Amino acid sequence: MPNLKDLKNRIESVKSTRKITKAMQMVAAAKLRRAQEAAEDSRPYAERFNAVMAQLAASVGKSDSAPKLLAGTGSDQVQLLVVLTAERGLCGGFNGNIARLAKNHALKLKGEGKTVKILTVGKKGRDVLKRDFADDFIGHVDLSNVKRLGYTDAQKIAQDILSRFDAGEFDVATLFFSKFVNVVSQVPTAQQIIPAEFEEDENADSASTVYDYEPGEEEILADLLPRGVATQIFSALLENGAGEQGARMSAMDNATRNAGEMIDKLTIEYNRSRQAVITNELIEIISGAEAL
Amino acid sequence: MADTMQFDLVSPERRLASFQAREVLIPGADGDMTAMPGHSPVIATLRPGVLRVDGPEGTSEYIVTGGFAEINAEGLSVLAEQAIPMTEVTREHIDELIEDARAKHEEAKSTFKNEPGPVDDAAKLLSDMVALGDHIAIGKGGGPAPA
Repeated sequence: MPNLKDLKNRIESVKSTRKITKAMQMVAAAKLRRAQEAAEDSRPYAERFNAVMAQLAASVGKSDSAPKLLAGTGSDQVQLLVVLTAERGLCGGFNGNIARLAKNHALKLKGEGKTVKILTVGKKGRDVLKRDFADDFIGHVDLSNVKRLGYTDAQKIAQDILSRFDAGEFDVATLFFSKFVNVVSQVPTAQQIIPAEFEEDENADSASTVYDYEPGEEEILADLLPRGVATQIFSALLENGAGEQGARMSAMDNATRNAGEMIDKLTIEYNRSRQAVITNELIEIISGAEAL
Repeated sequence: MADTMQFDLVSPERRLASFQAREVLIPGADGDMTAMPGHSPVIATLRPGVLRVDGPEGTSEYIVTGGFAEINAEGLSVLAEQAIPMTEVTREHIDELIEDARAKHEEAKSTFKNEPGPVDDAAKLLSDMVALGDHIAIGKGGGPAPA
């Protein structure tokens, strides 16, 4: 039987752990609200943008002169994986899930004999992927000093990716991030950003509108495609931000609950052992008295 | 013909405006244009400039730094890369933008020595920014922008 002092220390330490996880949960809840708002604020832009792009892509995309960002380089030999994760841990399986998806994807591509290059955003993804693919790393973007994520942050990442694309460093780029569904569920997602892919517009009404383009269609498309990359990265970053806080909140909620259960169990054990000690002492006194 | 149309101004970070407007002056890349209800469908890119909207609460102005505008039967949406309401604009904002444009121009000059295209683009961006700065200085009664 563990002695009383040890048990007491344990209970104290679990209690302070519970305090910490509780505080983290509340901080995450507050941050989540902000992150969610930011993600929602960015949605109208992204939706409109994609609608216009899809339309333009449909009318220009088939021609031979379509920009490379849309039509691709004609090969898919060199694949760039852009892995967006959080800068901090303690958020359940959030980072692990994204990293695992990226890892599986990388292994599959390697199995097909393709060259894989990896660019990470966020420390946690880098740490995990570095173990298996240290040779394939081409860069890392550190956002740990960024307090409030802005569009300019996404633009910087996009510029980095685009200049590598222009230099012919890769053919296909895929973005890995977590889609924020709700607080308890984030879905790790892979999204191809170069060459750009668009969902087919379901309602054909908008497609039937014939637009004038000023300047020409192709100039607009050439202007918009790089922006599209930045926009996609920006919304992925925001989704990730909200997802991270959501995941941390539920992870910390679980931790707080587990700590509570543990405290209850330890307290019962503590009371039992204390009672056992008292009983023991009584028996000793009584048997001592009887022996006289 | 309806005398107002739906007007939306969104930037990647937030939705700045959404209301019924009578007319909107757009700083198009190829020149300014005014959109009114019933305008034919157009998609146009923007240059840095001032977007003027005649809405239900009078005229409001926004600084945009680029992006594009989509005009269709339902109305007009402007997707700006950066948009700031004129009331919130300060001289520092503009100086920052001009400084950015100048840096880009220098960079373009050094990277694309033999290609005039990107350098000209950057130069145009810079001059647009400076013109924007002058415009605001006049509007607010200040002196012209330092060259």
